Amino acid sequence: MVNTGDTAWILTSASVVLLMTPGLALFYGGMVRAKSVLNMMMMSFGALGLISVLWVLYGYSIAFGNDVGYGLLGDPTEYLGLNGLMADVTSEAGGLPSMAFVGFQAVFAIITVALISGAIADRAKFGAWMVFAGVWATIVYFPIAHWVFDFTLADDDGVVTHVGGWVANNLAAVDFAGGTAVHINAGAAGLALALVLGKRRGFGKDLVRPHNLPLVMIGAGLLWFGWFGFNAGSAVAANNTAAVAWVNTLVAAGAASLGWLLVEKLRDGHATSLGGASGVVAGLVAITPSCSAVSPVGAILLGAVAGGLCALAVGLKYRFGYDDSLDVVGVHLVGGLVGTLGVGFVATAAAPAGVDGLFYGGGADQLWRQAVGAFAVLITSFVLTYIIGLVIQTTMGFRVDEEDEMTGIDTAVHAESAYDFTSLGGGGAGGGVGAPYAGGSRSTAGTANSAARGGSA
Amino acid sequence: MRLVTAIVKPFKLDDVKLALETVGVAGLTVSEVQGFGRQKGHTEVYRGAEYQVDFVPKVRIEVLVDDADSFRVTDVIVEAARTGSIGDGKVWVTEVEDVVRVRTGERGTDAL
Repeated sequence: MVNTGDTAWILTSASVVLLMTPGLALFYGGMVRAKSVLNMMMMSFGALGLISVLWVLYGYSIAFGNDVGYGLLGDPTEYLGLNGLMADVTSEAGGLPSMAFVGFQAVFAIITVALISGAIADRAKFGAWMVFAGVWATIVYFPIAHWVFDFTLADDDGVVTHVGGWVANNLAAVDFAGGTAVHINAGAAGLALALVLGKRRGFGKDLVRPHNLPLVMIGAGLLWFGWFGFNAGSAVAANNTAAVAWVNTLVAAGAASLGWLLVEKLRDGHATSLGGASGVVAGLVAITPSCSAVSPVGAILLGAVAGGLCALAVGLKYRFGYDDSLDVVGVHLVGGLVGTLGVGFVATAAAPAGVDGLFYGGGADQLWRQAVGAFAVLITSFVLTYIIGLVIQTTMGFRVDEEDEMTGIDTAVHAESAYDFTSLGGGGAGGGVGAPYAGGSRSTAGTANSAARGGSA
Repeated sequence: MRLVTAIVKPFKLDDVKLALETVGVAGLTVSEVQGFGRQKGHTEVYRGAEYQVDFVPKVRIEVLVDDADSFRVTDVIVEAARTGSIGDGKVWVTEVEDVVRVRTGERGTDAL
């Protein structure tokens, strides 16, 4: 018998998590210049297309097939093409159709790949990105999802029927919804890829302003909305754990937004909209691994720390000179570490995960498990991504040439412009105003309305 | 004839236009422009990274007037556009050799 409540919730969760990737496209798209917003958004949409196909063909099997050894990899042939998963095999006691879980996990794979694209804004060939996305998902994400998300199963007599991954089972680190597999993984990959591709022209000299902050805020809103499916859905049931995760997801994001704004107000003198939106995402990242393990007050603490730390961490790229364009490292790697390691400090046995952290008298036991899981994923992801990136760079080339980068990657790579800026009806070829103002100092705020009124006089 | 050119803060455009109408100015031209004066642009901050915006948006108003009216028109613009803070703009006057009304071919002051 299918448990209809659970099934309804998981299919709903999967659907709202899918919306996170277009939401991410808006979040990232608003942060780049008008001449490269389409390419930025297409990297997310490319991941939506490609990873959904790979997931069905063999990704699910690598992640959730029976372990082939040491908890590193699922059997790629067990569910090849989702073979055998269409039949209703839920038990008498009630359960979830296999396909509901397949779908829910598919959208995790998609957004993890899409997250990386923020590190290489404005300068990657679209074809090279697509090759990277497929290879990276296959070699890095699918196996790491197996480490973290695939739990060992036993039947009623205690006989093991399915062997899962090492982080979830042997190590017993708590990563409820993917602080390691999704965020540390994407953050480390973003850092590696930013290093392989190198800086954008003018990085650190011509600072590049976001071209549309309202898009960024709409994107952050969609991400927050989808994240309830991401975290509360990771209970894989419509139950108490899901409800706790939901509330923690709400409050951690709120606290992180406040934390980020506070740092900005103290450091720069202004609380910015970009900071508010970024803080929300930083808090969501931090609560992802921890939402089942902390109390709502613990979630506030984790969120505030994540918001404040990430607001400081986004400045590291200027100090160390890596062009992580949209701060995948500063938000996802740092936020993921805060959340994953934070479990070791503020987890409470009163929460559904049932473990005590250092601050709740649990000693350092859980903390070292969290640290081993976090750094294993970080190092693996960084090294493998660096190699994949380097191979693509030296064979097909990863970067567009200088002229295309300066003119704008949208027209060069996709033969499109996001906006028609021409006001005299002269046609839009060449990208209008967007292209010539490459990183230049330009401000248009406030003149359009008054001039329009004056012009009609 | 003279051309009075004024660079003013965009939000003062309506005030200037109204003031010019009250002294009988029959037409003017407005354009959006950017530049800087003593105030030297402004600073914006994105995720902690400071960004110097060199050019400030302004509105340029151009009015063709008879020689006798140029001082009065200039004064009216200055009075209407002034806020007293930095960045209020400038007004200047130049000589114009000839003016033609396109529709009728009238020349000189008749074309104003």
